Amino acid sequence: MSLNTVKHEMPCQDPKVRAKNFDEVALGYDKETAIAEASRCLGCKKEPCRQGCPVQVPIPQFIAKVKEGDFSGAISTIKEKNALPAVCGRVCPQEAQCEKYCVLGKKGDPVGIGRMERFVADWEREQGIKPVECAPPTGKKVAVVGSGPAGLTVAADCAQAGHKVTIFEALHVAGGVLMYGIPEFRLPKAIVQAEIENLKKMGVEIQVDAVIGAIDTVDELLENEGYDAVFIGTGAGLPYFLKIPGENLNGVYSANEFLTRTNLMKGYLFPEYDTPVKVGKKVAVLGGGNVAMDCARTALRLGAEEVYIVYRRSMEELPARVEEVHHAEEEGVIFKILTNPTKIIGNDENWVVGMECLKYELGEPDASGRRSPVAISGSEHIVDVDTVVVAIGQGPNPLVPRTTKGLETNKWGNIVASEETGLTSKPAVYAGGDVVTGAATVIKAMGAGRVAANSICELLKK
Amino acid sequence: MFKIVRKEVLSPTLKLFDIEAPKVAKKCQAGQFIILRIDEKGERIPLTIADFDREKGTITLIFAEVGKTTQQLGQLEAGDSILDFVGPLGRASEIEKYGRVVCIGAGVGIAPVFPITRALKEAGNEVIGIAGARSKDLLFWTDEFKAQCDEFHVCTDDGTAGVKGNVTEILKKIIEEKGQVDYVICIGPIPAMKYTSLLTKPYGIKTFVSLNSIMVDGTGMCGACRVTVGDEMKFSCVDGPEFDGHLVDFDEQMRRAQIFKDEEARALAKGSCGGGGCGCH
Ligand SMILES: Cc1cc2nc3c(=O)[nH]c(=O)nc-3n(C[C@H](O)[C@H](O)[C@H](O)COP(=O)(O)OP(=O)(O)OC[C@H]3O[C@@H](n4cnc5c(N)ncnc54)[C@H](O)[C@@H]3O)c2cc1C
Ligand SMILES: Cc1cc2nc3c(=O)[nH]c(=O)nc-3n(C[C@H](O)[C@H](O)[C@H](O)COP(=O)(O)OP(=O)(O)OC[C@H]3O[C@@H](n4cnc5c(N)ncnc54)[C@H](O)[C@@H]3O)c2cc1C
Ligand code: SF4
Ligand code: SF4
Ligand code: FES
Repeated sequence: MSLNTVKHEMPCQDPKVRAKNFDEVALGYDKETAIAEASRCLGCKKEPCRQGCPVQVPIPQFIAKVKEGDFSGAISTIKEKNALPAVCGRVCPQEAQCEKYCVLGKKGDPVGIGRMERFVADWEREQGIKPVECAPPTGKKVAVVGSGPAGLTVAADCAQAGHKVTIFEALHVAGGVLMYGIPEFRLPKAIVQAEIENLKKMGVEIQVDAVIGAIDTVDELLENEGYDAVFIGTGAGLPYFLKIPGENLNGVYSANEFLTRTNLMKGYLFPEYDTPVKVGKKVAVLGGGNVAMDCARTALRLGAEEVYIVYRRSMEELPARVEEVHHAEEEGVIFKILTNPTKIIGNDENWVVGMECLKYELGEPDASGRRSPVAISGSEHIVDVDTVVVAIGQGPNPLVPRTTKGLETNKWGNIVASEETGLTSKPAVYAGGDVVTGAATVIKAMGAGRVAANSICELLKK
Repeated sequence: MFKIVRKEVLSPTLKLFDIEAPKVAKKCQAGQFIILRIDEKGERIPLTIADFDREKGTITLIFAEVGKTTQQLGQLEAGDSILDFVGPLGRASEIEKYGRVVCIGAGVGIAPVFPITRALKEAGNEVIGIAGARSKDLLFWTDEFKAQCDEFHVCTDDGTAGVKGNVTEILKKIIEEKGQVDYVICIGPIPAMKYTSLLTKPYGIKTFVSLNSIMVDGTGMCGACRVTVGDEMKFSCVDGPEFDGHLVDFDEQMRRAQIFKDEEARALAKGSCGGGGCGCH
């Protein structure tokens, strides 16, 4: 293979070492590697890669600047479209987005777009992020509910347009899933907080500990508090369970509880931090997405001896990012595929002591085009576990819809909002991100935030 | 930051705080709770709103020192501040005109049952109150509680105050004497709520209890607070904390309260060693 068909490797912590610590796994390119990787790019006129990016980052243009060593120019180019490149460079499923469409991918590895994006964003942070210039104050007020990637994007864009922005966040820190869900070893929290500090420098006010629906309703924000527009970006934080017997046993966690205790509350530093998180010797994580991989790898780092991913389809269908599956395998996570639990078994004191599962085989493709798993009769068997983490998905939290008159939701409880404008069924109320689409990705939430911010700015011009 | 404006020591392990939180005080209703975090390394713990003053913008909390966080909280004084204070959380009590109601507060449960009792009285009910505790020095607010009631009973396990006995025994007598009770609310330790619910079930008296499930966020995001009610999985923080006592699986709740028993003991040991040679620092 010629050099040009292979992506420059990302240096990583040794799997044996990193499986025991919470430090970042991937260490990032250095200048030389970034420039060398940039040199692989052909600068395609048709920009196929850019079409694969949900926010259309000008990829060939920023890579051209990296190639010249103009990192400052590169970061400015990215930031025209993406306000959180240090985050996206780390967590975007590039293989399904930008890199999927890279022409080099036809014969070898696509260009390492995400890795370069991460590099220039980290380079900028080391220099000290320059706050974006904001337009003169317009006197208009925008309320943003939820501080995940969708809300942060709306806040940044509206602040830049000169509006006075207040973010209301239910938890005690801003950042949404970036803070409470995605683990430190994949996305260091200091990076997220640097972005949030940057927003504050732009004049955005952040009220933490503020649950909208409890302290103020959306209607009250508009009618009593003087906001001219409200954006709802409350995410998909409601954990689903399987509805099998034994889910309330001690030792069963939702992915959200397990990750929140560990990340947000820093349970991995217990007892220095007060919030405990308990992991047994043998842990089963149910599900096959990014959330499941994060839970499995977190369990290892908390000291579990054996960690299984229990997933009812095959390795090919795993919805998680390829890189994360690969990292999990390297660290020793065991994949029990084509397996699905039927019940969790407890002892007299209500603690998990095992899980009954069925083996599956793949049948005909279903509506989603994936081959559907079919249970093999008589294949019941017991898996010996003492901790179970349920990571099969999340729905939208009903608190805001329940307390907002005339806010339309669909049958899953997602807020209905226009794809073109982000407008909901209520005037001056916009929504975007996971609360609208269901659990998706960081960059899609940011894309929806940008769309809504544009509409809000249009509305406020009137 | 949220300032403690008043502290009262009700007993050596039972403290009362008034905390400045005007927005919460403006909105809260009987039956709701808050979650607080003392400092950067602190745990989020739920406490019921025992009282509120909308004008002064304060919330009254009463808590028992049972572990690391509540002990640390108990050491704070008026003038000190805590880092985080979120609320009002949970569903408010269903206040209606039921007729004759019995409001039972057992132990620290006297605090949360107080505003509910007041609201039930204001709604025009005939209110019978029962305050129970293990011993006299764990009783508090009996005068305030009594003032909301048409009839009031006190009991202690050891007989040091009021009648010797527990709250369910008193409730039984009331039901038998009066013949008719329309609604019971009981807040206290799980056994008190469980046996009260078992007692009222055969009489068909609508009975509500307020659950102290282990919580993290308090907004329906983590599921730590789940509880089986009827045959359904409910989240205490958003579906409750009050539930129909005839449907709650109390035994499961009791066992779920033990999940972090070992860790709680470790946290407490660390908190109380004062950095002296125990190896935890
Ligand atoms: C463990 C995990 C791993 C993931 N990994 C990846 C990945 O590798 N790559 C990727 O692209 N995506 C990943 N995702 C998905 C991605 O994080 C989400 O799609 C994205 O965060 C959605 O953004 P959002 O702004 O819509 O909402 P969120 O990030 O969910 O933020 C919503 C915020 O709103 C707050 N809120 C909710 N209700 C209220 C209220 N009533 N009042 C005030 N505030 C409220 C919440 O506390 C939260 O902070 C992952 C998700 C999880 C859970
Ligand atoms: C809705 C609600 C309202 C409450 N109201 C009051 C009140 O008004 N006054 C009062 O004294 N107590 C109240 N509690 C209980 C109080 O939250 C716990 O006593 C406190 O969290 C104990 O923390 P700790 O670190 O001091 O003790 P720990 O040593 O951590 O625990 C002692 C006991 O408290 C329980 N507990 C531990 N962590 C939590 C947690 N995060 N959430 C809930 N329970 C936990 C455990 O089951 C354990 O048995 C309430 C609980 C809930 C859920
Ligand atoms: S934002 Fe994500 S999809 Fe877009 S170019 Fe960057 S890494 Fe690729
Ligand atoms: S498709 Fe690949 S090679 Fe072409 S411009 Fe995009 S990144 Fe470069
Ligand atoms: S405390 Fe997290 S869902 Fe109730």
